[in-house]
Amino acid sequence: MQPRVLILHAPGTNRDREAALACQLAGGVPEIVAVDRVVAGDRKLADYQMLLLPGGFSFGDDLGAGKLWSIALRDGLGDQLQAFVAAGRPVMGICNGFQALVKAGLLPGDTSADPVQRVTLTRNDSARFECRWVTLRPEPDSPCVFTRGLTDDLLIQCPVAHGEGKIAARDDTVRDAMGTHRLAALRYVSPDGSAATYPFNPNGSEGDIAGLTNPAGNVLGLMPHPEDHIVARQHPRFHRGERGGLGLVLFEAGIKYAAEAA
Amino acid sequence: MIVRVEIAAKPDTFDARGHEVVAEAGQLGIVGLTHVEVRDVFFLAGATLDEATVRRVIEKVLLDPVVATASFVELEPHSAGTLTPGAGRVVEVAPLPGTTDSVAETLLAAMKDYGFAAITQAATGTQYRIQGDLSETRLKQLAAGVLANEVIEAWVLDGAIVPPFVEGTKMDLTVETIGLRAADDAGLLAISKQRRLSLNLIEMRAIQASYKAEDRDPTDAELEMFAQTWSEHCVHKTFKARITLTEDGVPSVVDSMFKTYIKAATDKATTPWLKSVFVDNAGIVGFEDGWDVAFKAETHNHPSALEPFGGANTGVGGVIRDVLGVSARPIACTDTLCFGPGDLAFDALPHGVLHPRRIAHGVIEGVADYGNKMGIPTVNGAIRYDEGYTANPLVYCGCVGILPTGAHKSKAEIGDYVVTMGGRTGRDGLRGATFSSMEMDIETSTIAGSSVQIGHPIHEKQAMEALLVARDEELYTAVTDCGAGGLSSAVGEMAAELGAHIHLERVPLKYSGLRPWEIWLSEAQERMVFAVSPAKWPRFEAICAERGVEAVALGTFTGNGRLKLVYEEVVVADLSMHALHEGIPQLQLNAVWETPKLVEPDLGALDLGAELLALLAQPNIRSNESVVRGYDHEVQAGTIVKPFVGVKNDGPSDAAVLRPLDVVLATGKMGGRGVALSVGINPQYGKIDPYAMAWAVVDEAVRNVVAVGGDPAQVALLDNFCWGNPNLPDRLAGLVRAARGCHDAAVSWKAPYISGKDSLNNEYTGADGQKHAIPGTLLISALAIVPDVDATATMDFKAAGNLIYVVGSTANELGGSALYEQHGELGANVPQHVDNAPALAAALHDLIKVGGVRAVHDASEGGLLLSVAEMAIAGRIGADIELGAVTFRGDGRTDVSVAFSESLTRWVVEVTPAQVAAFEARFAGLPVARLGAVATGSDLVVRGVGGQTVARVGVEALASAWRGTPV
Repeated sequence: MQPRVLILHAPGTNRDREAALACQLAGGVPEIVAVDRVVAGDRKLADYQMLLLPGGFSFGDDLGAGKLWSIALRDGLGDQLQAFVAAGRPVMGICNGFQALVKAGLLPGDTSADPVQRVTLTRNDSARFECRWVTLRPEPDSPCVFTRGLTDDLLIQCPVAHGEGKIAARDDTVRDAMGTHRLAALRYVSPDGSAATYPFNPNGSEGDIAGLTNPAGNVLGLMPHPEDHIVARQHPRFHRGERGGLGLVLFEAGIKYAAEAA
Repeated sequence: MIVRVEIAAKPDTFDARGHEVVAEAGQLGIVGLTHVEVRDVFFLAGATLDEATVRRVIEKVLLDPVVATASFVELEPHSAGTLTPGAGRVVEVAPLPGTTDSVAETLLAAMKDYGFAAITQAATGTQYRIQGDLSETRLKQLAAGVLANEVIEAWVLDGAIVPPFVEGTKMDLTVETIGLRAADDAGLLAISKQRRLSLNLIEMRAIQASYKAEDRDPTDAELEMFAQTWSEHCVHKTFKARITLTEDGVPSVVDSMFKTYIKAATDKATTPWLKSVFVDNAGIVGFEDGWDVAFKAETHNHPSALEPFGGANTGVGGVIRDVLGVSARPIACTDTLCFGPGDLAFDALPHGVLHPRRIAHGVIEGVADYGNKMGIPTVNGAIRYDEGYTANPLVYCGCVGILPTGAHKSKAEIGDYVVTMGGRTGRDGLRGATFSSMEMDIETSTIAGSSVQIGHPIHEKQAMEALLVARDEELYTAVTDCGAGGLSSAVGEMAAELGAHIHLERVPLKYSGLRPWEIWLSEAQERMVFAVSPAKWPRFEAICAERGVEAVALGTFTGNGRLKLVYEEVVVADLSMHALHEGIPQLQLNAVWETPKLVEPDLGALDLGAELLALLAQPNIRSNESVVRGYDHEVQAGTIVKPFVGVKNDGPSDAAVLRPLDVVLATGKMGGRGVALSVGINPQYGKIDPYAMAWAVVDEAVRNVVAVGGDPAQVALLDNFCWGNPNLPDRLAGLVRAARGCHDAAVSWKAPYISGKDSLNNEYTGADGQKHAIPGTLLISALAIVPDVDATATMDFKAAGNLIYVVGSTANELGGSALYEQHGELGANVPQHVDNAPALAAALHDLIKVGGVRAVHDASEGGLLLSVAEMAIAGRIGADIELGAVTFRGDGRTDVSVAFSESLTRWVVEVTPAQVAAFEARFAGLPVARLGAVATGSDLVVRGVGGQTVARVGVEALASAWRGTPV
């Protein structure tokens, strides 16, 4: 069975179509749906095997990146969303979608009825929006279903495009919990795989964290855009013969898991 | 109650914005700042608002608890309150009431959605807590010169800012009648001046005559509508003028530069893939079976001079709407920016003019903000610096769109509704069309405050999505952008033949108190106008409502040829569309060209290596990567040749190549055809001869698209002129010559113009009474079809042992070159066009198409040596080249002229040994020379025309010079 993927669209969402394409190439059946329609009950999360929150500037990011979208999620789909996550179905938040998941308290993971925000994505150290290609290393011990089967020598390459992507934890307790549970599913590294400095860590994220999962591993949020590297010719050094490092692998793993979990 | 909420970063968090302020102030020469803390301020008000609600709003909406804390105080009505004691030196900034504040608008909408309806007003501000050793004067300079822009913002030092709530006033339904019939010539001019109509006496007389014929006087709205419709900005009367020209004493007449040069070039191109040229908001050409592409470039110079962020922001928003106005989905933005020198001393700044760094910073942020938020990749452009742009920066914004063939409808029918969709209307940008047709002076920034618009990209994003659904469901019969001139222009043009009856009271307003003519002329942003049949209106309205986009039927297309505006029962205007659109008298202008007496300088002996390093660091040449990284150039996942390429992703591409996502999604084909986008610009050449400049920039734009794999037989061009005051004969003569050059170059390339625009009167009269004119500047944008996005080329050297060729020939053409500019010289020998240009481009394209080359880079500013250096930087690999091998035309062959001449139609090409035979065979009979080879080492080694080594520079040294970073 091909998993149905609900791609949630808020006013200002702009990478929904390429996310849909990535899901399709990975074997899913994507459908882009406005968040209001889910709130209104036209569509039910339960009818989908995977949920994807794509990148963009929801509500203009006018009150902080992803902030108003996180409220829309909590107020409008709170129960549905909690049930979806609790059922172990895969949820992926990319860039603005990640920001919304974090601000809604769904990452790094809080299963209570009223999740508390423990981590944030704040302004890049450069204070600027930056668009550049980065290299990501999957954490092999992470519970994340989207990186399942990936080894840490398989580096993923894809662009970032954000102004507020710096991960900051509330305190050491949160930091320690993320470490203990191996929640940093993806980290920025230098192109050769060594530890990242700017610009390879483009925003100053602590621990070079690029993507976070929850302890159950079925929710992944990441700032980079794996949906923008799903075929070789999108690579910036395609003309130099460089191949590989497709972001598509994350979608393939997620869709595979969704198919199995369904 | 009214409250003031302050959001502060927690003490141990990094305040990125504060650091940015310190850095920016330092660049502007305000030293002594040691630390700045930035706090967000929100003002909330509502009759039933209480403290508990305020606390909940803060917790739920305003605060990021991980990195920030919040506090709030209650304010008395119309008071500012006091600052927290111990804040130190503080500057507070807030938008002037009525200025678009998208954060406040979003916040207010969210309050309604999330159960905080008790909040009925919202506004924002910013607090800067300043540490350091600054005099009062410096602090004020910091406030007015860095933190706030008085055109749109208020600031206060060491006090709390007053909440900038917008207080609506009672609607003022006054409709004035202007006594035009009784006015003599002086009276007509006085009316034009007093109402800032920017109309000359002949035009005022023509309007007077049409009212005498109707035996009445015009209303204010009618007269304003004439001024808008007849403005240079809207009707391009200079390009349509009859010009009496004298060139070095030889007289001639040009009856409409547009018809004679621009349209004529397109008519001669007779390309079957042209779909719509000049008539619509953007030009349209065929892309592939079932798909067309639209292309348009605009300028937003005057607004950007006053409010750089807002001006550039709405410039991008405007050109995107032009593409939406032909029913296309925007797929790429381009931007070309011209600024005064960044190192200009504050004392040298004309009074009332913002510093070039300040302008550049705001413009670049404004460009990035709109494109990024709309989800449109910004992929190509250029930045130029010249003292002549200090008071008149240029902001060229381009946009490309894709649409299914035949999807664009542009014929309103009688009985259709006149529908406005998108943002609300306020006093924003009143008289922007006429304002942009005037010269600036020191008073402009104060008078023109209301001419400045601020953008709200998410509104436009939502409008775009509604529009595209409506297009696919065929719900409208016509659509246009509501830009300069507002509804007056948009409805005026759409109803030019049919006429319309409009109810102004239906226009959704941001605040009350506007006069009827102000509603009609407002240039509030993010609005589109449609013609929708009554049968399809309910579905149209529903699609908009689903996306939170306001759509209102203002009236109907009548078919009686008159435009009637009413506000409830009050008749605001009732005029003949014929008089409005056909009555404009042709301008009669004089132009005088005198060939400047210029000579070639003697620079003496030069060290080629040192010159090359200095050139790489020149503002007009050095890397713009830090700017371009601020633009999202990856969104829509189709940017195949990116703005920066090479080993370290930092080599400058000649052009971008895109594979449109709409086509991928519709056809399922990831690869296939694409579009290449580039620009050509070089105001230095124009200082010698605008005719030669036009040839050169057309050549550059075409060269660039060809370099990446664009088909030279399928190139569409846009012409965008920015010039001085066309009433001054010398300025106009330069413009005529540039337009003539555009014609001749386009005919030679068989490349049609599909759209264009001019921005004139880019002059500034300073307090000294001196006119500051920009260098006449022509931007040519090129769009070429790429047959296969996999058969494209990038400019980075790929591998040692490959051979380097130069395609094309070189002459002693250093006039206007970057080398001369480096030595403070202009020279005389400006590059001239070559006859074999199209043959060279065709041969190169044939080879790229079959994978017959490894790298291609055009040679332009800085010449051949600079081009090779950039390829070496991008590949981080050395090269050995021999200047003596270069095909040279005429006299003056020296190491310097071969290395740095900017002769046209040249590319540097890398080929593998296996590709050599086919490469040389294809170029048989054409000027092409083997320049050298990509080297195993990391030095660029140059042998001179005499065969001896004249330069040896390490690639890392080249890279650091170009990037402006330490080795």
